[in-house]
Amino acid sequence: MTRLIALDALWFALAVSAVGGIVAPIAIARGRREWVAIARAAVYSNFALVTVAIAAMIFALVTHDFSISYVAQVGSRATPVFFTIISVWGALEGSILFWAWVLALYSALVVYANRNRPGNLVPYASAVLLVIALFFHVLLTGPANPFHLVSPAPPDGPGPNPLLQNHILMAVHPPLLYLGYVGMSVPFAFAVAALITGAKQDEEWIRLTRRWTLLAWGFLSAAIVAGMWWSYEVLGWGGYWAWDPVENASFIPWLTATAYLHSVMVQERRGMLKLWNVNLMVVTFVLTILGTFLTRSGIISSVHAFTQGPIGYYFLGFIALVLIGSAVLVAGSSDKLHTEGRLDAPLSRETVFLLNNLLLTAFMFTVLIGTLFPLVAEAFRGVKVSVGEPFFNRMTLPLVVALLFLMGVGPALPWRRGDWPALRRKMIPGAAVGVLLSALAAAAGARSAYGILAFALAGFAATLNIAEFVTGVRARRTAHGETVPVALARLVAGNRRRYGGYVAHMGIFVAAIGVAASSTLRSEREATLKPGEVLTLGSVNARLNDVWAREEPQRAVIGATVELLRDGQPYATMSPRMNIYPMSQQPVPTPDVRSTPVGDVYMNLMSFAQDGSTATIKIISEPLVPWIWTGGGIICLGALIAGWPARRLG
Amino acid sequence: MNWKRSAVAAAVAAPFIVLLAWGLTKDPREIPSPLPGRQAPEFALEVFIPGEGAHARNVGDTVSLAALRGKVVVLNFWASWCLECVTEHQDLSLAARQLAGKPVQFVGVLYNDVKDAGRQWVAQRGGEAYPALDDPGARAAIDYGLYGVPETFVIDPSGKIAYKHTGPIWAGLLTAKVDSILAAATPAASGPKGE
Repeated sequence: MTRLIALDALWFALAVSAVGGIVAPIAIARGRREWVAIARAAVYSNFALVTVAIAAMIFALVTHDFSISYVAQVGSRATPVFFTIISVWGALEGSILFWAWVLALYSALVVYANRNRPGNLVPYASAVLLVIALFFHVLLTGPANPFHLVSPAPPDGPGPNPLLQNHILMAVHPPLLYLGYVGMSVPFAFAVAALITGAKQDEEWIRLTRRWTLLAWGFLSAAIVAGMWWSYEVLGWGGYWAWDPVENASFIPWLTATAYLHSVMVQERRGMLKLWNVNLMVVTFVLTILGTFLTRSGIISSVHAFTQGPIGYYFLGFIALVLIGSAVLVAGSSDKLHTEGRLDAPLSRETVFLLNNLLLTAFMFTVLIGTLFPLVAEAFRGVKVSVGEPFFNRMTLPLVVALLFLMGVGPALPWRRGDWPALRRKMIPGAAVGVLLSALAAAAGARSAYGILAFALAGFAATLNIAEFVTGVRARRTAHGETVPVALARLVAGNRRRYGGYVAHMGIFVAAIGVAASSTLRSEREATLKPGEVLTLGSVNARLNDVWAREEPQRAVIGATVELLRDGQPYATMSPRMNIYPMSQQPVPTPDVRSTPVGDVYMNLMSFAQDGSTATIKIISEPLVPWIWTGGGIICLGALIAGWPARRLG
Repeated sequence: MNWKRSAVAAAVAAPFIVLLAWGLTKDPREIPSPLPGRQAPEFALEVFIPGEGAHARNVGDTVSLAALRGKVVVLNFWASWCLECVTEHQDLSLAARQLAGKPVQFVGVLYNDVKDAGRQWVAQRGGEAYPALDDPGARAAIDYGLYGVPETFVIDPSGKIAYKHTGPIWAGLLTAKVDSILAAATPAASGPKGE
């Protein structure tokens, strides 16, 4: 029953998307205005239908309806309800369904928000969104159908992948990622719609999608940081970024989206970079689909890879359609996207934005090439290679350092024409802070050149960004006699976009310092201990108290209780564990992390004696790691400030 | 529209699509298995479902590969939670019954599963023509470099792996493989039997 309702809903959604995405724009182009309302109705009904389908899936998961293939694949009676619900996006078919739902939600919201806008931009954009939805509905009714009948229904299932039911962040990271990824469909759809309707409206699509792009970018930033945090808390190697293809897949579109957020200001202010902005948006969208393709098709080997199947060919077809279609459309319309303004002076904010775009694009290509290189190498040389951390670090660290520098200089320069003495005056305090920070880092034991440089430039740029706030607050105090908090609040409220951007910059600096510190100042030690013995790493003294075992409904847990000592007295207890799931051969390590603002103690139970007489404990000292998560939070706050509506509607 | 530029842009984008299309035909995880032609890893595993007819073994007995020299061994890894194993199950039992009169031993090895679930699964499907072995800690599965279930290995009478099949196998393929191994193993003695 559940199965049939869901399948019917998906088939109807397919039909509705085809009508709204293909028939409606053709009719509208022929002057049939009544189809504008039909296209809008199609967007809303698509949302309602996909909502029915995903609700049916959640219902089936919770009621353990193993006659539905997806439930039989990821469900298990022993899994707690919470992890059962979030397993909706835990495997291939469910994640496609979830994707389709998020897309339907975004489409409905953006159409509703612009329901009174005249012209063809919104109808065409909703058609583009429905064509994307159509693709996902084809997957859902074809190769990624999660609602196949399993007969007879198995009595129980294997449960979700153990790694995915081990931590609460698994409930956060995937939805954030989808909200970020799918959110890029909105500006893409409006960019394409603007190209179709003609150059007259080429500014409108940018104004109309500004907040949507920021929203998607904020979600994507949060998703990347949440993913880092998840891998740090769960995977047990004490790291948070490994340049894995799937991490890269989420990071590559973030780079182009970030470039777009900056270059679009150049277009709004100076009428330049029109073609470039359309390109960035198209590329960002293609990269989100490419990222999904890479992870879903099994084309690149990765720890995250989903199961393989014919779905790769469908994605490839869609990428081909989007890439070639957009290339034809953008290149064909490029005559109309001529530049109105020009650079007035080499020393100006425009120049910094141009450089920032060059660097971010170079960054994007570097990561993309590193990710796809195994494929290229096999195609041309027939060898299997893997591209690892050394390549990515060597290639991208110079770009990171240069970008940090620009993030300081950009805000300090005015539009059109800056002057060197003023810039120099602003840079001096920043340089002093930078030198101070790098000296501190070196004193703390940092030896890598890039590590020290990252400290220096993050300090430099942070000072220049803070100086913008200070100057603004000071001016308001002089002009209006306001107190500092009032002046600050009004300053930010008066130009949310600008100061929201600076707040996001601050988040990047905080995170950059966290990354620099944790990668250059990290230390670790491992030892096999008997109860009562102490392992010392720097200022951390860890005493093993006991090794214990516990049965839980869905798993067995073995853990060690370790006390941290100061002057011989315990001040904290940690319990690294191993979770053993009945249908999985390997125990899943669950590290314990004790966070303080200056850094984490990261503790892993590596192995244990069966009789509980010894345990092997690994301790990693991770300086300033919480700064990365804090930085992520600040970045999102910045996006929120910049995207917050200036006035309430209605 | 400037169609000339459009065509150039499409031509620039096309090779990228071609590269991805080519990549799809390759499996990055398909590191050519070194196993076929090699000596099969030894195993000695406990029987927990007896099986029937010529393949049957007593529950609690240990089946070891070393004791099966001289026979063709069909080694199938399966699990009760594995959906593709359901389709494969009938074919395996069918092939086992067809080959019952020949020097062939079928064994199933339970992978990442609990024995009770395995028993229930087999009972639901009306039994199994060959014994099922338990593999605690998936030792045998690791030795055989198992990627997933189902996976089937055909081991020749000298203990070498003759064939490896990933995914569900079907009766016709399996009997053909076993027959050709038997024919190759005893070419002078009997030649292909005309049954």
